[in-house]
Amino acid sequence: MHPAFSVLVFTVVSGAGYGLVFLMILGHLSGVTVLQDKTLLLSAGALSFVMISGGLLSSTLHLANPKNAWRAFSRFKTSWLSREAVFAVAFYPFLLIYLLGVYLNGAEISTVFAAAGWITIVLAMITLFCTSMIYASLKTIRQWNSALTPVNYLALGLMSGSVLLLALQALLGDVQSNLLQNSVLVLLSIGITVKVIYFFWIGKPSGSSIKTATGFTQASVRLLDQGHSSNGFLNNEFGYTVAANKLLKIRFATLFVAFILPMLLVCLGGSVLLVLASIATIAGLLAERWLFFAEARHVVRLFHGDQTT
Amino acid sequence: MKLGLVVDLDSCVGCHGCATACKQWNTSGTIGPLSDKDPYGKDPNGAWLNRIRTYEVGDTPNSKTVHMPMSCMHCEDAACVTVCPTGASYKRTEDGIVLVDQDKCMGCNLCAWACPYGARELDPQEGTMKKCTLCVDRIYDQRLPEAERQPACVLTCPTRSRTFGDFDDPNSEVSKLVRDRAGKQLLPELGYNPVNTYLPPRNKPVVVMHETASISQTVKGWVNKIISR
Repeated sequence: MHPAFSVLVFTVVSGAGYGLVFLMILGHLSGVTVLQDKTLLLSAGALSFVMISGGLLSSTLHLANPKNAWRAFSRFKTSWLSREAVFAVAFYPFLLIYLLGVYLNGAEISTVFAAAGWITIVLAMITLFCTSMIYASLKTIRQWNSALTPVNYLALGLMSGSVLLLALQALLGDVQSNLLQNSVLVLLSIGITVKVIYFFWIGKPSGSSIKTATGFTQASVRLLDQGHSSNGFLNNEFGYTVAANKLLKIRFATLFVAFILPMLLVCLGGSVLLVLASIATIAGLLAERWLFFAEARHVVRLFHGDQTT
Repeated sequence: MKLGLVVDLDSCVGCHGCATACKQWNTSGTIGPLSDKDPYGKDPNGAWLNRIRTYEVGDTPNSKTVHMPMSCMHCEDAACVTVCPTGASYKRTEDGIVLVDQDKCMGCNLCAWACPYGARELDPQEGTMKKCTLCVDRIYDQRLPEAERQPACVLTCPTRSRTFGDFDDPNSEVSKLVRDRAGKQLLPELGYNPVNTYLPPRNKPVVVMHETASISQTVKGWVNKIISR
């Protein structure tokens, strides 16, 4: 699949934003000591607001006809993309009410504002889940059509959000929080585990073949001619191919930059290193999302001779 | 009604006539224009609703070149309609034709991702998704003579490899063809239940290959024949 840069930015940045807002509000409302701080809550809230909105705006850049984008709210019953749009918009009022409560009363917010906070974190996770289901629901792409896709999106969103929260807390607060630091390390370990499982899982050959695609199931089938002299939409969108050795190198680079490097930096601590850790996580996850697209092989490629035997 | 096409892979010669007739009709049809980007340049690109690919099936000497024209299969379980967030993609209840409302499409490509047959192509100029309409603007046109109320690709096919009809009617020509010639769906395992059906090539007598034997072998053969008598 052709990796559209706007979609990579959208899924990584808004995913981190939803993860950040989820962990921040969850920690605040369940009484984590270091998160009972008005400045921290407001700045983390503002950062997630900017990241989520920036991501959603970036996602509209890949539309070829954005003037009809408002219609995307209309097919909630069937389309995961429509559900994502609806939940993404429904999320905003609750986040703003919660942040208003924090702005007015500090960390000691009343029940109404706390309720808005709880709804915010539920909607954040639902939106992130809907984003992942856009990909996971496509039977045409074996590498995406799996429960591992939503697991990856949720785990990596929470993971990158936690690194951001820890960095913000270190920048604004004076005491280092062991609880936060340990949860970041746990989330990073979960993140690298689900990613490695995914990498192994997509390596196993299965699914449709050129034989089922052409209907000649009892003979060998080879492509002789694609039927056109220059690439069309299908080739550009689905024919994106990267050499296997290059993909392997990028896999290792991703695992290092997105997971192992932040782990080391978080262990060392200190606000500068934690900011570096969050930058590394986001950059690494951009590479991870690029791989998610570059390694996905659409079945239409079979008609174009993707399989030679 | 369940309208669709039957394509005979035995007689298709891969002339691309259906694709050109399709482009010609539909560029000024209901979903038109079917625009091209840089049509006379180095890397032309454009939306086509019908593509013909050529395969070699089997191994020499028992191989056959098969031309496979592919357009929208008008699937019974059309995932392209399910995933569409704007409601631009829809399947008509009365005849099962899958269409894209050009005024509603936002060009997100998700339907093209959901289609396993590569039936949908984004128009590079218009920014909307284009696909086979089964010539919905032809097949119901009362002003045309009845014999011409058929998709452009079917009318133009010089080898009559394409047949249009109602798959719900067991006595229609398409249903008979599918029955008699063991018509096949493409990628049936994905469960989209495509309506368009492909007729596999008929079995042909195997070409016997004669190996030229050496003179001594030939003489030996003659001797063997005489002795056995």
